[in-house]
Amino acid sequence: MNTRIRLLKSNIIVALCGLAVVLALIPLAMILFYVISHGFSALNWAFFTQMPKPVGEVGGGMGNAIVGTLILISIAGALAVPIGILSGIHLAEYGGTPFASTVRFTADVLNGVPSIVIGIFAYGLVVLPVHRFSALAGGVALAIMMIPIVTRTTEELLRLVPSGLKEGALALGATRTRAMFTVILPAALPGIVTGVLVALARIAGETAPLLFTAFNNRYWSTSLAQPIGSLTVQIFTYAISPYEDWHRQAWAGAFVLVMMILTLSILARLVTRRLERMNRGS
Amino acid sequence: MARADDRSYRNVTALFALLIILLVAGIGFELTRQSLLSIQKFGFGFWIGTTWDPVSGQFGALPFIWGTLYSSFLALLISTPVALGIAIFINEVSPSILRTPLTYLTELLAAIPSIVYGLWGIFVLIPIIRKLELMIPDSLKSFPLFTGPPLGVGMGAAALILAVMVIPFTSAVAREILKGVPINQREAAYALGATRWEAIRVALGYGKTGIIGAIMLGLGRALGETMAVTMVIGNNPQVKLSLLAPQYTMAAVIANEFTEAADELYLHALIEIGLVLFLITIIVNGLSRLLIWSMARREAARVTVATNEAAVV
Repeated sequence: MNTRIRLLKSNIIVALCGLAVVLALIPLAMILFYVISHGFSALNWAFFTQMPKPVGEVGGGMGNAIVGTLILISIAGALAVPIGILSGIHLAEYGGTPFASTVRFTADVLNGVPSIVIGIFAYGLVVLPVHRFSALAGGVALAIMMIPIVTRTTEELLRLVPSGLKEGALALGATRTRAMFTVILPAALPGIVTGVLVALARIAGETAPLLFTAFNNRYWSTSLAQPIGSLTVQIFTYAISPYEDWHRQAWAGAFVLVMMILTLSILARLVTRRLERMNRGS
Repeated sequence: MARADDRSYRNVTALFALLIILLVAGIGFELTRQSLLSIQKFGFGFWIGTTWDPVSGQFGALPFIWGTLYSSFLALLISTPVALGIAIFINEVSPSILRTPLTYLTELLAAIPSIVYGLWGIFVLIPIIRKLELMIPDSLKSFPLFTGPPLGVGMGAAALILAVMVIPFTSAVAREILKGVPINQREAAYALGATRWEAIRVALGYGKTGIIGAIMLGLGRALGETMAVTMVIGNNPQVKLSLLAPQYTMAAVIANEFTEAADELYLHALIEIGLVLFLITIIVNGLSRLLIWSMARREAARVTVATNEAAVV
């Protein structure tokens, strides 16, 4: 083939790759633009402090839903973090066994199970036996989504800790248990905290697994045994409603949610960067 | 003493790791148990029936399967070239200063919650799509892809929003795979007089297995995506080719009707849909992981060979 045609073809394709980046950034820019412009203008003090007004009345807020989301992700974190970290420790310490490979594979598969399916599971596990939607059920559903993320992050970060630290501890006569909990784990801790933050950010935005576990609640509730409101489900309810004022509040809710997630992921980024610098320094 | 201590350490942590396997097995078991009524009553007919009428107790799931498969297929058709383009651009073309910010920005697409995509879909994307649909020339209207009234909501909107949501997953893995392709593959191509694209094609060929894994990972995401699709697809169970037709997906029908399912058979029918969605995504994700891992293992093997060679020299 003619060299000039080949070069032309190469340049066109490289340009198309650049175009692909632009194509992906357009929806990102549009979403952020609308969430910020529609959401920020709809924000007011009442949005954070009040609960929803009855249908047809203008005003009110999502105070209860914001608290609800915080409660739900706290339950999820309390359940998933210990399980995830201990599983991660096992994978990092005894990673070569067939059992470990199976766990690793299953964790990755679990990570890809649709959130709505996990919602059904939590419904059968927690809601059905007592015949009541509850904050606990929502927390369990979110925890199941969080476990594989925490497990895999913990494993990867423990592996990053220089083996000299572990060998040093073992040489001083520490058992593997002691070496892990007093030397290796503390060294990896900032990274693990990052992983937990990223996982929390991800589940904070989940809606589907809450629809029939935590359900929704238009009133203040902090009871784990009662249905509880959440930002995401509240946004969903308002977005598909016919009321103008509810649409406004849905955008405000989306703004708060996106800000929460961005803050968590930027925080995670900062921790990672500090870790990298520390590693380079040593 | 110390040994006993370490043994219980190993066993206790193994117990927690085992929990992950039990969870996945438990999901499969529980979903099967909760859908027995529907499985026994309808058998295979459930999957080829097209009537979904809870009032008269008729449950046919074909429209939902169709909606899920068709929307995911269309989404991949859009997302795959774009995601690969991004991976290639970031890895092979972009100046190194732009690499980190571009990576961060494209990954931000994955951080935006599904519900926010849905909200944006309803109030921004749908009106735009409706305008575009109104511009479809009459000559195309008889074409099966473009029949029906221009509603805005429908298969086209769902596929488009799904594509955007899938892009970051595919491009992130594809980028990692490309990064793992040894530099000498490209150098060899350049040495033979290849153009830039021809060298990239060599790298893509080397990473083919992993790239297919990356695309399948995206497929797994698209199949299970719920909220954004529910909000823009129109929620109408029908099997149609048209991009303008409102349709329905497996995940969406569960999200919409689960709390309304008054009788047990209805609930079991919905959970059976969930069970199949679970099985499909497990297979797709499992295969995707195996492909990506086999690629990574090949990489690891190559590195050991290379270090051995270096030791010999």
